[in-house]
Amino acid sequence: MTRVSIKVDGVDYEDDVEPRTLLVHHLREQLGKVGTVVGCDTSNCGACTVLMSDADGHQRSVKSCSVLAVQANDREIITIEGLSGPDRTLHPVQRAFHQAHGLQCGFCTPGMIMAAVDLLEENADPSEEEIREGLEGNLCRCTGYQNIVRAVREASAEIRAGHGTAEPAPPTPRAGEGETPDSGLRREDVPDETIPQPVP
Amino acid sequence: MTITEGPALEVGSARRRKEDARLITGRTTWTENVTLPGMLHLAILRSPMAHARITAIDVAPALAVKGVVDVFSGRDVADVQGSLPCAWPVTEDMVRPDRPPIAVDEVRFMGEAVAVVAARSRAAALDAIAAIEVDYESLPTVLDLEAAIADDADLVHADKGTNKGYTWVFDSAAAGTGGDAAAAIDGAELVIRRRYVQQRLIPAFMEPRSVVVDPTGDVYSIWSATQIPHILRFLLSVVTGTPEHKVRVIAPDVGGGFGGKLQVTPEELITFIAARRLGKPVKFTESRSESLVSAHHGRDMIQDVELAARRDGTVVGLRVKLLANMGAYMGLVGPGVPILGAFMYNAIYKFPAYRFECVGVFTNTVITDAYRGAGRPEATYAIERIMDELADELGLDPLEVRRRNWINADEFPFTTVCGLQYDSGDYAKATDRAMELFGYDELRQEQQARRDTGDSVQLGIGVSTYTEMCGLAPSRVLGSLRYGAGGWETASIRVLPTGRVEVVTGTSPHGQGHETAWSQIVADQLGVAFDDVEVLHGDTRTSYKGLDTYGSRSLAVGGIALYNACQKVIEKAKPVAAHMLECDPADIEFTGGQFRVRGNPDGGRTLADCSLAVFAAHDLPDGIEPTLDADAVYDPVNFSFPHGTHLCATEVDTETGRVTIRKYVAVDDVGRVINPLIVEGQVHGGVAQGIAQALFEEAVYDSDGNLMTGTFVDYTLPTAADLPSIVTDRTESPAPDHPLGTKGVGEAGTIASTPAVVNAIVDALRPLGVHDIAMPCTPERVWRAVQGGAA
Repeated sequence: MTRVSIKVDGVDYEDDVEPRTLLVHHLREQLGKVGTVVGCDTSNCGACTVLMSDADGHQRSVKSCSVLAVQANDREIITIEGLSGPDRTLHPVQRAFHQAHGLQCGFCTPGMIMAAVDLLEENADPSEEEIREGLEGNLCRCTGYQNIVRAVREASAEIRAGHGTAEPAPPTPRAGEGETPDSGLRREDVPDETIPQPVP
Repeated sequence: MTITEGPALEVGSARRRKEDARLITGRTTWTENVTLPGMLHLAILRSPMAHARITAIDVAPALAVKGVVDVFSGRDVADVQGSLPCAWPVTEDMVRPDRPPIAVDEVRFMGEAVAVVAARSRAAALDAIAAIEVDYESLPTVLDLEAAIADDADLVHADKGTNKGYTWVFDSAAAGTGGDAAAAIDGAELVIRRRYVQQRLIPAFMEPRSVVVDPTGDVYSIWSATQIPHILRFLLSVVTGTPEHKVRVIAPDVGGGFGGKLQVTPEELITFIAARRLGKPVKFTESRSESLVSAHHGRDMIQDVELAARRDGTVVGLRVKLLANMGAYMGLVGPGVPILGAFMYNAIYKFPAYRFECVGVFTNTVITDAYRGAGRPEATYAIERIMDELADELGLDPLEVRRRNWINADEFPFTTVCGLQYDSGDYAKATDRAMELFGYDELRQEQQARRDTGDSVQLGIGVSTYTEMCGLAPSRVLGSLRYGAGGWETASIRVLPTGRVEVVTGTSPHGQGHETAWSQIVADQLGVAFDDVEVLHGDTRTSYKGLDTYGSRSLAVGGIALYNACQKVIEKAKPVAAHMLECDPADIEFTGGQFRVRGNPDGGRTLADCSLAVFAAHDLPDGIEPTLDADAVYDPVNFSFPHGTHLCATEVDTETGRVTIRKYVAVDDVGRVINPLIVEGQVHGGVAQGIAQALFEEAVYDSDGNLMTGTFVDYTLPTAADLPSIVTDRTESPAPDHPLGTKGVGEAGTIASTPAVVNAIVDALRPLGVHDIAMPCTPERVWRAVQGGAA
């Protein structure tokens, strides 16, 4: 067992992991971050894509099935469950996937959204071709990608218009402290104007 | 709560989906997310051989692995494991070998389950699997369809004496629905004979299959990533001998199916057997590699087609001989897939004579079964390819040949040579619209210009005019085809005291957006707000009756059940409203979301008013049952027949064989549209899967029966970079038999697109002497065709 210290969705976790544990299994099985899913065993499908900070602290998308949990030691991970801002609004990319009908069964969606976030981080105004090439590592079997491409274009326009930058993160709670174990969005907290919700 | 005033607002509007909220935030209930206290994890040892006798299995080393609780082979559970069901014995004498979930003495395809480990962690289970020792004695492998039915063929099932599972024939002369195809062909001015091969495909849903069985408590609770929770419950009960009321199946969020989860799987039974044996919750989730090798495949047919015509282009007869690869066993509905296709070979055309003969063949491969379209894409491919050959032979435009044979708009309803009654449609309208969007004439001019200049990149134009049958299916028709179940669907509406509505559907969505579409229908019918409707599905304790989601049946059948249930709710509410309004129930009308005294626009009562009155039940008149809830079961009176015209322009590089889709236009007529956003998404996805068959995908077994495409590295699903954006539009011929007029859309894109793409590639290369290219049309195949054709 190896001790790892990983910040996931704004919360610091310390855990003992088997050295062979993949990051995706650590996220799902030990931390309960089941929003990140496993679609293949060859790093082809991208369903497990999350953001991981690199040595310089920049968040880059990684396939969490091809990263060992120990490699994420002292890094920060953002999963689909922690993507929304501190005020719990949806990330522009999440919003755009909903608006543009960029998902059907939704299984590839968390990974697709995380890959798109990274793509837009790198290239704020990608062409259709650049989006298609940028998302080549993520497979979708439902949408034919057409609405995914549309969603990414719409998100890029929104981010460039200045609606997409998240506020600075609040102080990091530690696992077991504070009220919520993540900064994610409970279903009932999704704003009505974005997602049709039952009125309480 | 708000009330919808005035005319229908929701149906027809591009509502963003309710489902998205949980899916884009990672709050989903995939089966793999289910974790129960004390849950054990399964791993399955699978056969590395395509055909072999199991001579010995030593599980002792696996039992010694830390964390392992149980290891068992097929022989260990031979008495209790039963046989997997086949619900479609298409002929009385169909050969239906027993199919134990875990092989007992003999393995018949690579990937078949041989032994099972239950352990406290998945890692331990996988470690233990590697420690099991199995001795196999190799047996001859049957792979080639034609060789398999030769007299001296090796046998997949030695005790059956044949690899022919069934022979199924439809003859329009014998059926009295048309003339004699043989006579038509013998006497024809022109006969075109072609062989088309439907390569084996893998549905490749993105969510791997997963099962959790909890045997604790009074019932067995089964979570499964399935399209068919109701059918699964019934058949699990039958196969395992567990009383049906002691089996609960839950299909929570399901990550895609495309027919690939329309199966009762060995894995579901194995997990059930393990849970029963151990008395603890047990989970099995397949890896992608396991999925590709052991979940059912689709297509895999050889089609020999003979088309007889007059010199004016009028087709006089069609004869089809089909070899359909069943794999090593009969799947749940696998034998019926070619039979569904049989009714679609005549497509949109007025063919006067038709004969179809299909042989279902056993081979040492994983079973084939439903995959998006199930029989109809295969039929449409063959007929749309050969209609192009006819056009070429006669020097006609491919669309002109189609026009000369298709059913005209004023001829509906039209009874086809197969005896189906096509309900409505307008092929000319859809085609005209597609040509306009496509710029047909301009592209033909460009094609000619490139031909004239000998451009190394040739332009091809592919045409596909299609119809299909949706709304599977009238129960009496299914009965006449020997299918084991009916084709009805259910819906229940529960009106809650606050006037909010819970809808229970017997369909089981896996990405199609039922929660949204059903809410739209109910909102309009009952005058409640879209957000005040909750759609419940996929749990046999909530939705105790239904026939699930496949064959584009959910809306075309389940939607009508829902519509009928809404009408029952309104009828139940009328006397309640009449009581409140102090009038005769016969004087109540329900318009704009209000129950009103006829002729009096003021002082109406809403459904919420009525539901609260019923909830209190303080002063209801005698004889009024205090509920507004209603159930409806709908058995369709006919199929529905969507149609459309797809046009594809490809640029084919004659020097490299590379094919680029330059433009793709899909004009589909799927009847009345509930939600255009969802319809468009279904078309996009369907077209993508059809393009993938034309250009990319093929499941390949080597000569020993090893699946060579057993990972996503080898089985090439198209990526975003591989696919074009397509142009979509619609015409609308409402289904006359259905109050909502809907026809079904899930499979349309897949059915139409494959021939459109291949026709375009062949069209590009015809001047070089190319008349066919086997699918998938990889650069190598295209290049070889160019070389061969030019020689």
